[in-house]
Amino acid sequence: MLSLERWQEIFETIRKNKLRTFLTGLSVASGIFILVILLAIGQGMQNGIASEFEQDATNRISVWTGVTSESFKGLNPGRRIQLDNTDYDLAEAKNIDDLEYKSGVYSRWGQLTSYKAENGSYRVEGVRSDYQFLENATLTTGRYINQNDLDSYEKVAIIGHRVYLDLFKKKNAIGEYIEVSGVKFKVVGIYTDPGGEREENRIFIPLTTSQRVFNAGDNLRSMAFTLEKQDKFEDALAASEAFTAQLEADLKARHIISPTDERAVRINNSLENAKRFFDLMNMIKWFFWGVGICTIIAGVVGVSNIMLIIVKERTKEIGIRKAIGAQPYSIIMMILHESIFVTAIAGFLGLFFSLFVLEMVGPLIETDYIKNPSVDFGVAFTTVLILVFAGAVAGFFPAYRASSIKPIEALRDE
Amino acid sequence: MIEIKDLHKSYQMGANSLHVLKGINFEVSDGEMIAIMGSSGSGKSTLLNILGILDEAEKGTYHLDGKLIKNLNEKVAAQYRNKFLGFVFQSFNLINYKNALENVALPLYYQGEKRNIRMEKAMHYLEKVGLADWAEHLPNELSGGQKQRVAIARALASDPKVLLADEPTGALDSTTSYEVIELIQQINDEGKTILIVTHEDDIAHMCKRIVNLRDGIIIDDSQVQQIRAKKIEHA
Repeated sequence: MLSLERWQEIFETIRKNKLRTFLTGLSVASGIFILVILLAIGQGMQNGIASEFEQDATNRISVWTGVTSESFKGLNPGRRIQLDNTDYDLAEAKNIDDLEYKSGVYSRWGQLTSYKAENGSYRVEGVRSDYQFLENATLTTGRYINQNDLDSYEKVAIIGHRVYLDLFKKKNAIGEYIEVSGVKFKVVGIYTDPGGEREENRIFIPLTTSQRVFNAGDNLRSMAFTLEKQDKFEDALAASEAFTAQLEADLKARHIISPTDERAVRINNSLENAKRFFDLMNMIKWFFWGVGICTIIAGVVGVSNIMLIIVKERTKEIGIRKAIGAQPYSIIMMILHESIFVTAIAGFLGLFFSLFVLEMVGPLIETDYIKNPSVDFGVAFTTVLILVFAGAVAGFFPAYRASSIKPIEALRDE
Repeated sequence: MIEIKDLHKSYQMGANSLHVLKGINFEVSDGEMIAIMGSSGSGKSTLLNILGILDEAEKGTYHLDGKLIKNLNEKVAAQYRNKFLGFVFQSFNLINYKNALENVALPLYYQGEKRNIRMEKAMHYLEKVGLADWAEHLPNELSGGQKQRVAIARALASDPKVLLADEPTGALDSTTSYEVIELIQQINDEGKTILIVTHEDDIAHMCKRIVNLRDGIIIDDSQVQQIRAKKIEHA
């Protein structure tokens, strides 16, 4: 029952008991404030970690080789294993239906590159057209490598944003020729990568051209694949693990490597790493929730405590009110109404204040691991309601007790 | 107006039971002004509390305005208190965070009156007790006599049939006491039934009838010649 009369009565009481109201409100508002900030930081860390993964496709599987560490079938350890086009073709042919993107890579570090008077040293990677998606690169202008480039050994280059800034100083680059290790390449595209500057410090050229320019025959430095997307994370993980295991076994068989040799063939399954990080992220999330819920419980206890004290303090007043004809119901409602009103207002004040602080301070605390700290408004709203409800419940029992004791006993209370 | 028969009341004090009222028979008719006297522990306050439905008797009957008051639930008891009874306490029992006017208006709130009507009526009663100028003051800004007059105005605000006063002058000096009693006499003149618990002889003789209690029974119940408080004040 929301009678205007009772509202007036409540407002009068609140206005004349400012300290009591303030303390009740403070415990609620600070509880909500802390919860929202904690959840927001948790979310920020989650966003931060998630963005760390954006630099490459999250389901990327990379393969590269090293030196054998075990003797096997009469071969000595210390043998260098070299990937080549055949390895790539075999892997592709075997999994043609499951692969989403795939590319062999032949790269060289520190290639001197110049455009007119400007020059720099960059990593040059010969790749296939799918590599754009394996790297999660986005073209700002121009195009990526296409099949025609690969088939006809075109001397075209896609340069990273950093390279573009270094060599071209923001001037037009498309159609211009840069010189890489003495060979002229035509710039056809510029890309950016969510991985940032480190990932934008590269030059991509067609794989075939790369193998020819660097006299690599059909050698590959590495291979990269992604599998077709699956609806469920678990399915995707299982599929990628199966693919990884099969690929490793095939490569080891072809290059005569011991199955237990861990150095010769290395496969990095991003999805497995991702799973580890997602698990960590979930733990962080639950931790923050745990702390937040404890904060709310502390808030509830605080509100309950204050409500108990309020009712105790008002016992005599309740006696007076009853002596002049107050119904027990009106006594309970008086206390509940005030409690609900104060906790609700304070709760929302805490909520809005915390959102305001997030908005103001959020951008200042952004680092690699905290990005865009924010909170689900629905969750915060629900928490306020829970606290209001808890305050009402906490107020109800002492109010009910006070309303049902004999007025003469309440009046005696000092 | 009030009719009680064979009223008993005892309090549990730990293992012992303290028999406070031991069979009270007593009638009050309209327009009476009665002093209930007795030394402390005689049961006079207990009797008044039972009459005011603040407390309940164990045995015996109590009729208020023809209605039997027995085993009332709190809801009905609250209605009766609000409609039939006005209380004045020794310690005033004003709500300290409400000003004089709001205190007087409170019983009307529980009668469901609209705010402007409440305030208007409350002001009327404050004028009646001579405190219209103090309407906006909080109780702790008022003197004892003023507080008691506010309490009387509050008791009158709900237009009760019976005014019950428990040692209304107990916390006041004699001049202020007489002023308060004079006010109560005026109210009685207007036809309200009034019961005053007191242990002061002079206050008792300003009523029209004195009921004397000792150890839980009425030992004397007699009409007296009322002394007007006004005369004493000006003497």
